[in-house]
Amino acid sequence: MAHPASAHSEHYTTTGLDSRKIAFWAFIGSECLLFGSLISTYLVYEGKSVSGPTTHQIFNIPLTSFSTFDLLMSSLCMVLALAAVQRGDKIWQRVWLASTAFLGMVFLGCQAYEFTDFVHKGLTIHTNLYGSTFFTLTGFHGGHVAVGVIWLLTLLVRSFQGKLGPEKSLNVEIAGLYWHFVDVVWIVIFTVVYLIQTTPIK
Amino acid sequence: MTEHTQAQAHAHGGHPTAGVYVAVAAVLTVLTVTEVGVFYIPAFHPILAPALILLSASKFALVVLFYMHLKMDNRLFSALFSLPLLIAFSVLVALMFLFGVFTL
Repeated sequence: MAHPASAHSEHYTTTGLDSRKIAFWAFIGSECLLFGSLISTYLVYEGKSVSGPTTHQIFNIPLTSFSTFDLLMSSLCMVLALAAVQRGDKIWQRVWLASTAFLGMVFLGCQAYEFTDFVHKGLTIHTNLYGSTFFTLTGFHGGHVAVGVIWLLTLLVRSFQGKLGPEKSLNVEIAGLYWHFVDVVWIVIFTVVYLIQTTPIK
Repeated sequence: MTEHTQAQAHAHGGHPTAGVYVAVAAVLTVLTVTEVGVFYIPAFHPILAPALILLSASKFALVVLFYMHLKMDNRLFSALFSLPLLIAFSVLVALMFLFGVFTL
């Protein structure tokens, strides 16, 4: 049986809430458990390495502070993109979506530089417990950022195709939820992994 | 509900204005600068961990409440986020005690 067009784009539940948004919040909840376990593992093994450099000795705090600021600003661009989509402003939705994706790519560039620098200084994922937990945690986060960038670029393409009007704002809101979650995970990682150290840099 | 009215509902769903978003970004920037300052200034080192955790928690809350709209969205979403977050935090604390990172 054929349904009206609107029935295909809406997924309301008995709660009156859109099922896609409920499902995505449940997904974010599961991601909390994933990153909670990765951060716990990192903290449990911190200081237990018997050989090789630790990231405490080779951190580049100014670079990481910049990438933290970069990711926070990308979150601002994301909410401004959502606001532009909701009011049907095609120009600014493209500007803000492109800005968010660009800032995400800058973050990934900083992470690639940091990883390469660490490897040159003798810390790889195989070197010691510290290297294993550090690269696993930050690598998983970087993977999430990469997925987010691809998602944002997909939305940007849809916008240029003229298929991202106000009626599709929930799609952008869900992409935004993912992006902001990636941001809050980095807020925790920046503090726990980079700043709270056994021996602060003097 | 038609697509048009759904779009209107989203557009007027109580989301903050652009000005609020920019103000939140400014506060997040100040908090990040403060975090890095606390890290580099030796006088703060005795309270480094609690100060950084407080600042980080403030940033976390601002992004979740305003950018992820939990402040004005349905409470079911808050529950779907908060409960796993609480479980994850409990697991973290339990492992810290189990592996001797924290001691009583």
